[in-house]
Amino acid sequence: MIIYALCFALFLVGLYGLIVKRDLIKIILSTGIMGYAVNLMIVLFGYRREAIYPILEKGKEAAAMVDPLPQALVLTSIVIELGTTALLVALAVQLHKNFKTFDITKIRRLRG
Amino acid sequence: MTPVLFIIIPLASAFLIALVGRKREILSRTLSFLATASLLGLSLVTYFRLGSGILVTELGGWKMPFGIVLALDAFGAFMLVIVSLIALTSLLFSVSYVRHLGSDWKYEALFMILVGGMNGVLITGDLFNLFVFTEIALFAAFALVAYGGQAHEFEAAFKYAVMATVSSALILMAIAVVYGATSTLTMAHISVAMAGIKPGLKIWIGALFLAGYGLKSALIPFHAWLPDAHSSAPAPISAMLSGVLIKALGIYVLIRIFFNVLGAPQVFLQAFLVLGAVSLLVGVFLAVGQWDLKRLLAYHSISQVGYIFIGLGLNTALGLAGAVFHLLNHALFKSLLFYNAGAIEMGLGTRDLRKMGNISRLMPVTAHSSMIASLAISGIPPFNGFFSKLMIIIAAVQAHQPVYALAAVIGSLLTLASFMKVQRYGIRGESPAKELQSRPGWGMNAAMVILAALCLFASLLIIPGIKESVLDPVVAAIMNNTGYAAAVLGAQK
Repeated sequence: MIIYALCFALFLVGLYGLIVKRDLIKIILSTGIMGYAVNLMIVLFGYRREAIYPILEKGKEAAAMVDPLPQALVLTSIVIELGTTALLVALAVQLHKNFKTFDITKIRRLRG
Repeated sequence: MTPVLFIIIPLASAFLIALVGRKREILSRTLSFLATASLLGLSLVTYFRLGSGILVTELGGWKMPFGIVLALDAFGAFMLVIVSLIALTSLLFSVSYVRHLGSDWKYEALFMILVGGMNGVLITGDLFNLFVFTEIALFAAFALVAYGGQAHEFEAAFKYAVMATVSSALILMAIAVVYGATSTLTMAHISVAMAGIKPGLKIWIGALFLAGYGLKSALIPFHAWLPDAHSSAPAPISAMLSGVLIKALGIYVLIRIFFNVLGAPQVFLQAFLVLGAVSLLVGVFLAVGQWDLKRLLAYHSISQVGYIFIGLGLNTALGLAGAVFHLLNHALFKSLLFYNAGAIEMGLGTRDLRKMGNISRLMPVTAHSSMIASLAISGIPPFNGFFSKLMIIIAAVQAHQPVYALAAVIGSLLTLASFMKVQRYGIRGESPAKELQSRPGWGMNAAMVILAALCLFASLLIIPGIKESVLDPVVAAIMNNTGYAAAVLGAQK
């Protein structure tokens, strides 16, 4: 149970950074931390103590393996996160071109 | 006929547009029109053929617990019709509108990916697949919000992307918890396994999903990104985002998960009611104070979503029918209002209500259709908004929840006030423009006329014989809580 709580703590670290930090790049990194926390949690759900890698070979039983599905999910989710991060960075570059700063308190055209 | 077509057509056309459209502009336009028109035809045929049945397809021939399953029921088909309809009018509007942003194939390709992502969400029966399609639709949405290439558009897109990342992380966590508890990702199997799960864990799962998808449907504590993103996007995209994206990715998924998978737990129905009422009132209060036309409309999206959630939270046949009906109506009139705002912005070069005027003489189609849409959203008979709001209010009174009925009435009055402001200061404003910067093209006028006509004709859905055949299968699909799982599993050979 404690490892799941630690995962959630890592998630909260990311959320804290997202809310408190003012630098666009740090915000992007915070979203990354949140993603890592969730991915870690998914992998841990599939983990089994003293289990082996999930490849079916001669003389190996499926019961002694870790669950492979969470690993497949995490791969997909990592690819999605890569895409999001690339898009966020591209937007940050464009924002820097327009405002000459990464500070979100100075990028405020939209309000109300 | 197979539901896979609803994913294949938009995605294939997106890639074809990227391949051939860069050489000839007319090709990308024709392709996108062909794709959306065929989607509309297909979805209408599917909806009326399906009735209260369910279409189940196992992708790649993999049996259900192992492969991804597509399950299309009346509710999904109803949403498909709305998505295709708004997508077609939005493309029609884009023909002359996007030209001033530099028309090219990228817009159409992204648009088709957006439609493909939404269609995928609506037909999938697999929880993780649903998450992936959500992300596909959102990627296209971020890029389209920033499509104009101006500073404030990048700012809005960045905010939107960060908020969407937070919600996606929450959703992924919810999926992880569900998988940890039930060892399956097929929604039908999860629905069956939910019966044996501790109530505490159920609350956790529900709370994570509510936070994740509540962020996407912009309920009030989670709404901060919506006014920026929806008002900064090009007008036809604002119409897509406000009209269908928040419904397909937000409300539809919430209904599917809470009613069909979790079995409508009382705690969350109560949460729907409270969040709905708060969204309704706060959204409309924020809208009344706006002078930027598109921002005002964006705040109204938050408030109108509140009506839908009140209808859902009541969980009676009438309340759900009202919610589903309002879902359709909001898609129609809010898209129309965003088209009006886009035409005005293009014609007069401003979105500020104080700088507008003389619109009924310069752009008669825009002025008249905006009048119809304003009456519809404020709930004036005989337009569609009146009937769906009336259904929700009556349902609230019948369910002994007079507080929520009162909230709905107050929200309706304030909506009327804010659209009187739009008509008084905007359409009949005091700073009359002599000339238009550019006239709205035939496509823009056609899109507005079609939606204005539909705003009137959608009222017909309230007539007894038509209501039974159109709205009731959808309501039955939602109310048939765990029957969804039985239907999906029963369709398996």
